[in-house]
Amino acid sequence: MEMQPLLDKYQAQPNALIQILLEIQHERCWLSREMLVELSERLNIPLNRIYHIATFHKAMSLVPTARHIISVCMGTSCYVRGAPIVLEEVQKLTGLKPEETDSEFRFSLETFNCPGTCPVGPVMIIDGNHYTNVQVSRIEGILANYR
Amino acid sequence: MIRTISELEQFRSNLSAKKDSARPCVVVCTGASCQALGATGVIGALRKELEKHRLANAVDIKEAGCLGFCNRGPLAVVHPGELCYLGLTPDDAPEIVSQTLKGKLVERLTYFDSATGKNIPHLPDIPFYKAQTRILSGNNAKISPWSIDDYISSGGYSALAKAFSMTPEAVLSEIKKSNLRGRGGGGFPTGRKWETARNAAEPTKYVIVNAHEGEPAAFMDRSILTGNPHSVLEGLIIGAYAISASRGFIYIRHDSLRLSDIVANAVQQARDYGFLGENILSSGFDFKLELHKDIGIFVSGESSALMTAIEGRVPEPRPKYIRTSVSGIWGKPSNLNNVETWANVPLIINKGAEWYASIGTEGSKGTKLISLSGNITNAGVIEVPLGTSLRDIVYRIGGGVDNGKKLKAVHIGGPLGGSIPDKLLDTPLDFDELSKIGAPMGAGGITVMDESICMVDMAKYFLDFLSGESCGKCVPCREGLKQMRKILDKIIKGKGSEQDLKLLLEIAEVTRDASLCALGRTATNPVLSTLRYFKNEYEAHINEKRCLGGGHHQVTKE
Repeated sequence: MEMQPLLDKYQAQPNALIQILLEIQHERCWLSREMLVELSERLNIPLNRIYHIATFHKAMSLVPTARHIISVCMGTSCYVRGAPIVLEEVQKLTGLKPEETDSEFRFSLETFNCPGTCPVGPVMIIDGNHYTNVQVSRIEGILANYR
Repeated sequence: MIRTISELEQFRSNLSAKKDSARPCVVVCTGASCQALGATGVIGALRKELEKHRLANAVDIKEAGCLGFCNRGPLAVVHPGELCYLGLTPDDAPEIVSQTLKGKLVERLTYFDSATGKNIPHLPDIPFYKAQTRILSGNNAKISPWSIDDYISSGGYSALAKAFSMTPEAVLSEIKKSNLRGRGGGGFPTGRKWETARNAAEPTKYVIVNAHEGEPAAFMDRSILTGNPHSVLEGLIIGAYAISASRGFIYIRHDSLRLSDIVANAVQQARDYGFLGENILSSGFDFKLELHKDIGIFVSGESSALMTAIEGRVPEPRPKYIRTSVSGIWGKPSNLNNVETWANVPLIINKGAEWYASIGTEGSKGTKLISLSGNITNAGVIEVPLGTSLRDIVYRIGGGVDNGKKLKAVHIGGPLGGSIPDKLLDTPLDFDELSKIGAPMGAGGITVMDESICMVDMAKYFLDFLSGESCGKCVPCREGLKQMRKILDKIIKGKGSEQDLKLLLEIAEVTRDASLCALGRTATNPVLSTLRYFKNEYEAHINEKRCLGGGHHQVTKE
């Protein structure tokens, strides 16, 4: 990933660090050590400060993720509408626990809190596709769409 | 570029002259839930249908923000007549188009009222809407969130023009007189906060929109920003003028591209039209505004943490011996208000503090948006005058529990709020009354829980969430939440004792009293409220090794 346009966009201001990290995360889905070292050198920010931020925020990942990311909402409304059972089924089908990636890099599983679509929960998002009112019986069929 | 107030009024009357009010218009909701349910496909099918019959100029299709009736989406409102269609699919498009052109109704898509056995075609007559007062959200059905012209033609930016004809002090005193209180959770008087920032000695001041909305089951701020973003911008510019701040920030969620696109677009439009920048409407007032994305952790919505995030550092709260309105971003006075608070400002300036203060209760004025969800028949974003009883919200608007089960609890205010039983539902929606019963309003999330929910499990659920979101800086919050979780886990697994309940209460009280920021201080509300109203559930777990809920329980039992 070309770093220069990003640095130009934020004019290499040190206080733009979080925004730059978010953009890299968004683009690449994870933050590699090489990228963080490069950022540290170019922004003249100590690497430990960059790691402080990168490890603090859930939105940033320091490990690579799979081709498909399954996100199961565990927000309050989804939770009372059956999200725990949905998560259990996804775990059973993929053999993954939250925050894990399978060895073939097919699925990464994560739980998250609330895309704000509580009225239609339980909600599951795979690669940006929103599944609403998810019933356990539908999950296997949904996952089959992602190879 | 609109340079003066008279140019703005001229522009507005040009817009209304161009408008053909007789032409039918199908307004499709593109709020988050409707999108998730497939609103984009419905819009595409409607457009295609019009093209197919070369009718593109005969019917307008408008993408509106959230219309509120979220679990019945995708929904559309057809003008003239304000007909409301629910649960749409792309296959409904041909019939909607052909009937709309004939001025007729597609009855099968309208709301069916099981109480009377009749269909209700007009949106304002549907019980869900009838019991609401939609002064903030009502315009969503008239405007596209992408169009500043829509906002202007519905009266937008007239409050800004009016504010510029007043002195900043007069604007401030109007807000103070209205008794507007912060909608983000604290309920702090907005006017007093503004005054503190205004009176702070440092001349450089900032204003901030807190659009973090990090608590689960709260989605009303997003519904305002994706429905009527300019109402928030207008409020913010008026506030900046009253406080004499020259720079503003919108702190917004990073995880919704649509949300940030809509807001970024609105900011750019406001710049292009001259509502942001230098010498706005020839008032001599300059104001710059920038967007700042959050980093997906709940505590970063806390005001001092949010401000450190804007500075580019890790968002940990600091003790607030000195308020952020005196020393915030880069040590400058920084006035932070929630999205909904800012959206109230243009209304107050336009219609006056007296009008505003006539809505609501003695201590809580105006309306409040509520995110209503959980085990409930009608879920969505509703707007009611403060003072409305919780029973009206849950039953008259919400239609009660959706699955035939009995209601067990209503949880108010998200993870920092509390759960109350049915017998307290006559409590009015009011900052002070709700705090008294241990269920502070917070940002206005209400989650309804049926009888299958275990309240001990819910208390643990909230602690799970909060201990993950706590920044870990202060010991009472970091350790207190962790220890309480351990005890709850023990109780849920049937290994608890009476002694554990005492210890739980003790830790909860210390965490409440000794934590650094509002997160730790209020994080114990779910535990304390369930201990207060649902102690029998704890006791059943301890004494009888029995759960009075059911449903989701096996998961935590393992």
